Amino acid sequence: MSLGVKGLQVSVKGKEILKGVDLEIKAGEVVVIMGPNGSGKSSLAHTLMGQGKYKVKKGSIELDGENLLKMKTNERVKAGLFLSWQNPVAIGGVTVEQVLRAAMISCKNSACKRTGQLEKCLTVGEFREVLYKEAEKLRIDRKLLSRSINVGFSGGEKKKIEVLQMALLRPKYVILDEVDSGLDIDALKIVGKRIEAIRREDSEMGLMLITHYQRILKEVKPDRVIVMKDGKIVKSGGKKLIAILEKEGYEGIK
Amino acid sequence: MRGLSKGLVREIFRRKKEPKWMMEFRLKALEVFEKKAMPEWGVDLSGIDFKKISYFNDPKVKRLRSWEQVPEEMKQTFEKLGIPKAERKFLGGAGVQWDSGVIYQNLKKKLTEKGIIFCDMDEAVIKYPKLVKKYFMKQCVNIENNKFAALHGAVWSGGSFVYVPKGIKIKEPLQGYFWMNEKQGGQFEHTLIIVEENSEIQFIEGCTAPRYKKVSLHAGVVEIFVGKKAKVRYTTVQNWSKDVYNLATKRAIVGEKGVIEWVSSSLGSKATMLYPCSILKGKKSRADYLSLSLAGKGQELDVGAKVIHLGERTKSNVIAKSISKDGGKTIYRGLVKIAKGAKGAKSSVNCEALLMDDKSKTNTYPHMEIEEDKVIAIHEAKTGKIAEEKLFYLMSRGLSEKEAMVMIINGFIEPIVKQLPIDYAVEMNRLVELEMKGSVG
Repeated sequence: MSLGVKGLQVSVKGKEILKGVDLEIKAGEVVVIMGPNGSGKSSLAHTLMGQGKYKVKKGSIELDGENLLKMKTNERVKAGLFLSWQNPVAIGGVTVEQVLRAAMISCKNSACKRTGQLEKCLTVGEFREVLYKEAEKLRIDRKLLSRSINVGFSGGEKKKIEVLQMALLRPKYVILDEVDSGLDIDALKIVGKRIEAIRREDSEMGLMLITHYQRILKEVKPDRVIVMKDGKIVKSGGKKLIAILEKEGYEGIK
Repeated sequence: MRGLSKGLVREIFRRKKEPKWMMEFRLKALEVFEKKAMPEWGVDLSGIDFKKISYFNDPKVKRLRSWEQVPEEMKQTFEKLGIPKAERKFLGGAGVQWDSGVIYQNLKKKLTEKGIIFCDMDEAVIKYPKLVKKYFMKQCVNIENNKFAALHGAVWSGGSFVYVPKGIKIKEPLQGYFWMNEKQGGQFEHTLIIVEENSEIQFIEGCTAPRYKKVSLHAGVVEIFVGKKAKVRYTTVQNWSKDVYNLATKRAIVGEKGVIEWVSSSLGSKATMLYPCSILKGKKSRADYLSLSLAGKGQELDVGAKVIHLGERTKSNVIAKSISKDGGKTIYRGLVKIAKGAKGAKSSVNCEALLMDDKSKTNTYPHMEIEEDKVIAIHEAKTGKIAEEKLFYLMSRGLSEKEAMVMIINGFIEPIVKQLPIDYAVEMNRLVELEMKGSVG
């Protein structure tokens, strides 16, 4: 059981941005991806999710043996994949609650069903109960849930709403794209702790954590660390790699 | 009765048993109509043949179709919208007597107790001649306004008459369709609303279901008198069938500290030209507009707002949203005039257009005529497509492309829909969903 990427080559508007990436995230594993800006981390995240502008030239993406490349974005979600956006999109007139409810309904017969979370949310009443409970754990003001999603939200609020969606949907594999940027120290702690707690509640959930900082890794303990540079994976190792990176920066990595 | 002549006008007068002044008025209007040229701007009106239009349907002649004769496509639309059978029959042209309905009877009792007059315009001419004669197409809309207002004056029939005495506020909206029974198809209907000092009402015109019509021209007139500190909300929800030219003239005169609110959503028609006008005569009077139009294949919706600021510290606020798809065209055409003497007037116009594809078009023509110095007038216009990013965001939560698109569009129109009465709002969202069905692969 894993999310597996093999020999992935991707281009945007004819420009090659992923130059052969091999990566496997096993069920229950936490893999941290680091690397300088423009190294292809977010591109990898969006390609996994099936964003149209990322054209896959070569390679494969499989989720528990299923070929994701043949699926549309929403089908990938139903297969169990989830992306927490680096820059979540604002949509006027559509509330957080509406998006979440629609997402839950869309995923009701999908891989997300596995943990039993969705079954607690069948009626609107049940859904609200779970929603409010999860929101409270993330210290999200209930008023925020009935506002247009991400419209005028602070950086921290946006990220909390992303994690809230992950908490409700309980996907099999989660990509967290810089979930720790734009958060103040307290919010970072809350978000980090909640992610770790969800992971403990669901020991099969695989995490791909894209970050620039080691602060969040105090809460979410990684199993492996991968460094990307110029569209390729240039280094792979254990937790110790983080300390080395912190000290020497990406320059030191060949 | 087809064709337009003095003979026809006299015949309408005779059959409706109107007072003599009305016949003179109709004949004068016909003269003005014949002299006036067709508008040289706006939508293409060359498809209108005045000779072929049926101008009057005698209420005594049964012209109902049986439910079986209503086109199948229409029945299906009603079905999908979940419209009650009784309403469906009426909408399909099969006719229903609303006057005898329970809802209406209950409302009528309440209104009568408060001294409000709410009746068919034909009836009002005969029952309240003094009131009608004082206000009817004289001070507000008049036959010189445009060719279609003149045509209306000559052949008008049906519509609603509302008179609200001083200091009466009612929450339940008065609905125009009470009067659109088998007597008339709502083609040249006249709505006259007079609201005295300190009173408040809401009026709703139309319904969200497509209306089947044998004739293809709608030239209604709406006249509203808003008294001192009075408030009127006029809501239009229209979905004319796609061969209708909708050329209505609507106008309100607002007294001191009075408020007129125009809420409208137009989905149907082949072509629409509609610019509700507010004359802000009294000090500190206000006009608010919220409008939504949706144009699909072969449709041209040319809508907007006309505000004349006459009084000091008058305010107007226009929010106009439009959606164009499958080659449809939407236009915002507006005029804000701040006359000499309207010191401290403020006007804000905000247009937002959404294009669903490359074939569709949208345009904005906001005119401003400002004759006073110390005023504020702002205009903002935004045009855009549904951002790929928004679609992708919602799809990354498991929604299909169509579901995502419908959600984004419903969000776009939400500021207007939330101002509609709840049952209309629900229908509106469903309609948008139906309309969007064809645009998403």
